[in-house]
Amino acid sequence: MSEEFPYLEDDDVVAVQRGPEPGGAGGAYRAFGETLRGLKTTMARLFEGPDTIQYPEEKTPVYPRFRGRHKLHKFEDTGLEKCVGCSLCAAACPADCIRVVADENDPENRVSAGERYAAVYEINLSRCIFCGYCEVACPFDAITMGHEYELADYNRGDLIFTKEMLLAESIERAPLRREGE
Amino acid sequence: MSSTLLPLGDVGFAEATWILVAKSILIFLGVFLVVPVLTVVERKLIGRFQHRYGPNRVGPVGTLQPLADILKLAGKQVFRPDAAVPFLYALGPALVIFSGITTIAILPFGDVKDGVGFYGIDVSIGVLYFFAFSSLSFYGLLLSGWASGSKYSFLGAMRAAAQLISYEIALGLSLLGAVMMTGSLSLVSIVQAQDEIWFIVPQFVGFLIFMIAGFAETNRAPFDLPEADAELVQGFQTEYGGTRFASFLLAEYLEMFVVCGIASAFFLGGWMGPGPGWLDPIWMVIKILALIFVFIWVRATVPRLRYDQLMSLGWKFLLPLATLNVLVTAVLVVVL
Repeated sequence: MSEEFPYLEDDDVVAVQRGPEPGGAGGAYRAFGETLRGLKTTMARLFEGPDTIQYPEEKTPVYPRFRGRHKLHKFEDTGLEKCVGCSLCAAACPADCIRVVADENDPENRVSAGERYAAVYEINLSRCIFCGYCEVACPFDAITMGHEYELADYNRGDLIFTKEMLLAESIERAPLRREGE
Repeated sequence: MSSTLLPLGDVGFAEATWILVAKSILIFLGVFLVVPVLTVVERKLIGRFQHRYGPNRVGPVGTLQPLADILKLAGKQVFRPDAAVPFLYALGPALVIFSGITTIAILPFGDVKDGVGFYGIDVSIGVLYFFAFSSLSFYGLLLSGWASGSKYSFLGAMRAAAQLISYEIALGLSLLGAVMMTGSLSLVSIVQAQDEIWFIVPQFVGFLIFMIAGFAETNRAPFDLPEADAELVQGFQTEYGGTRFASFLLAEYLEMFVVCGIASAFFLGGWMGPGPGWLDPIWMVIKILALIFVFIWVRATVPRLRYDQLMSLGWKFLLPLATLNVLVTAVLVVVL
């Protein structure tokens, strides 16, 4: 313990630093000086230029792990759906916004790679809290969180995304953040 | 003037009536073109001071923003609260505008050339005219605040009144130094007296006091207590909307223009500047705009003062300093 700390580290004593007393000629002088310092600070900001992202034209870049709108995936080689209709995502969902109705695959005309497939797969995005638990629960990586965040709509009904909408190749509107950005 | 009474508004230079009318229209239109531009310039500058763009959606880089603002305000319903006093409620904004416009008349934009003076009117009581008419705007604020029948408006009006008496004296005394050095109250003579050296050099303290008191005079940050958007929801303007609200806004910028004009005439050599004679009005406008930039800069920097801080700054600091400045100037003028 040096002289600057004449108390123990875990002591409750707090050294109060007092500023100069207000008023008087000294106060006026300090106020004037500090005002000039403030003026200098704001002037420096003027030349730095704006930091604004012009939203509808420019978009905030997202991180790779950003949790946006969900996506359902297919196998790239066979074109079969990865989802086997196990409903684990629906079970994991804290907002209770996923509805899965599973059905048996027809061996002649398979929809998914597994025994069963999701006949109905709906996510109510107006309830979704974008926690990503569905993504974690999925044993086949069939559902992942995408990067899309512009989800506003005029009707609540339009926010219930069906399997076709979730499977569709979505346009990547949001730019991805670069490494180290 | 054969009368033994003192001539109150003795005009220094006589002109034909049509010239006076033409000049009035020219100055009026010029200033009314400047004010909307000032609003957008101020908003854009404040934005830049805060790392923002400011308005940039209406027209190229936001230049048509004032047009949109005016259209919006003019398109609003004209209304009056039940508790308001009808006549005074309407008179308030009109008085504020009146005081702004009348004070523009004495701003000198140049010397007399080819029989035309480059100013609205050169009255021998110049400075007093400025004080008389610019103080009228406080009647406007007081009346509109009181006549609105709302407590926030009333508080704003009271603050405006208290602010007026704390700053008007310092404002007057700060100009007195320059007046004594010239020996005339006429703004044209004061500018002509700065032929050798601008009064900002010998009267630097006066200039500072005038600028600080000018912020208070125009009700701008850091002395925008009568408006105080955060606590009083615009103070005396709370109950106003549409064109009447717009006239308060217009008056604020008019007053800012006038105060900057007076400051540049008194301390920055008015129309003086290098170049041929026809550049004079341009030099004056450049100086006014530079001072307006200072106003905006200060607004972007300094937070609003607390009420007691405002009073003590006015009475305990500005007033003694202004008096001292006047005393020292008086002694020097007599001795030298």
